[in-house]
Amino acid sequence: MKDHEAVIVGVADAPLINGKVAQPGSALQIVARCAKAALDEAGLTLGDVDGLFTAGMWGIPGVGQLPTVTLSEFLGIRPVVHDGTNIGGSAFEAHLGHAALAIEQGLCDVALIVYGSAQRSEMSRNLAGRPATLTMQFETPWGLPTPVGGYALAAMRHMHEYGTTREHLAEIAVAARAWAGLNPAATKRDPITVDDVLAAPTISKPLGLLDCCLVTDGGGAIVVTRASHAKAQGLKPIHVRGHGQAATHWTIAAMPDLARLTAAEMASERAFAMAGVTHDAIDLVEVYDSFTITTLLTLEALGFAERGGGGEFVSNGRIAPGGAFPLNTNGGGLSYAHPGMYGIFLLIEAVRQMRGEVEPERQIANVRTALVHGTGGTLSSGATCILSLD
Amino acid sequence: MTKPHPVVDPGTAPYWAALKEKRLILKSCRACGQAHFYPREICPHCYSDDLDWIEAKGTGEIYSYTVAVRPAGQAFEADAPYTIAIVTLDEGPRMMTRIVAADADAVEIGKKVTVRFVEEDDLVLPFFALGGA
Repeated sequence: MKDHEAVIVGVADAPLINGKVAQPGSALQIVARCAKAALDEAGLTLGDVDGLFTAGMWGIPGVGQLPTVTLSEFLGIRPVVHDGTNIGGSAFEAHLGHAALAIEQGLCDVALIVYGSAQRSEMSRNLAGRPATLTMQFETPWGLPTPVGGYALAAMRHMHEYGTTREHLAEIAVAARAWAGLNPAATKRDPITVDDVLAAPTISKPLGLLDCCLVTDGGGAIVVTRASHAKAQGLKPIHVRGHGQAATHWTIAAMPDLARLTAAEMASERAFAMAGVTHDAIDLVEVYDSFTITTLLTLEALGFAERGGGGEFVSNGRIAPGGAFPLNTNGGGLSYAHPGMYGIFLLIEAVRQMRGEVEPERQIANVRTALVHGTGGTLSSGATCILSLD
Repeated sequence: MTKPHPVVDPGTAPYWAALKEKRLILKSCRACGQAHFYPREICPHCYSDDLDWIEAKGTGEIYSYTVAVRPAGQAFEADAPYTIAIVTLDEGPRMMTRIVAADADAVEIGKKVTVRFVEEDDLVLPFFALGGA
């Protein structure tokens, strides 16, 4: 371990009860509490933070348009590295890559990556289209329910090209729920069956209610600093060995191939190359599951499943607890929580699994290397991080 | 409740104006010969700025579709369920559209479709109906 290398030394999330923050608060309050908890874990304070990384959907239009600037003021800090990169829910995997680079280049010493949302408590989430300006002139007037409609279009195309079935997609929802059943912090914990998923009300054909992620509050924070600090504090450091990002479209009609997650292919290829590892080295995978189809497309794009073979890959409980390919071990966006943007929670779960500190029932043994992949927009962007204990 | 209208800008005004005359137009590149949708300032295929508008034949096939059972907000409640499709035009580009309600039950990926101009709330939108020209 080289002293200048960037390592994750603190993570925290906001406790939830039935999908709402246990301690009610605004997005800014949620962020502040998570930041303090993650810094406490790292043996640091807000006064040490000189790099701030966030993306969010609060305060837009308004103070949320410059989110790191607003947050700096609220937190009482003066960061010298600001990153408000917003590529959708995958932004936090991109932030981690950027934070690692900034630390290793000496631009900052302590990077704080944060997210907070009170969307469930505030009832601020809806399916109505985005304003029909600029590129959205060609999508919003059609009444595409966003974001589910875009994912439904992709699912339908994947079914057409590869014979993927609703049962295949349902397996993903069932597995997520089974993991959530082992996670006391998860929002939806009652077991479900494939038949339950198929019988749930259709939202945007072929996707039904249980193919869709939850709508919850949530908050999270990650602290990144130099390995030398971790050593001095006696912390178990998590290294960022590889990262990559890409985006291919925003309006769904412009997606290059609706049955293929090109952004994830591009991002993960770069992350694997930077980390210098192959798929065999990966002990645990955490991927963004905004919808069941997202998981399926991502497994194919990352190269764990063959192209078109995602349905077969997830069948027979393979990604469920006890299966050969544990995936989304906290219950995911489908059953744990989904506060608008979910990417930071993939990283938090991977870190806790690598430290061996989750509940024994869902702890994966000896996770030395983990791959985290976020997806943002409407299958638009992807960002991959490969984390390692050494 | 009125449906969301496009906020027309100088780059898109010719497209929306043509629809009022029941014409579907596309940007096409003089350098590489490829058309694209929606209208851009630079060709997304070869990056030339030597672009022109062409009139589309208005025919294509269904690339994918979804049936919106839960509508995109109150404005679309009366229409639900409705079929949104991505159509591959014979000129090459893909565009989002809706399939006319009468054809909803017969929609399949790969089926031929033809543009059907639908006027609603002072707006003409290029819906598609099943069948070739």
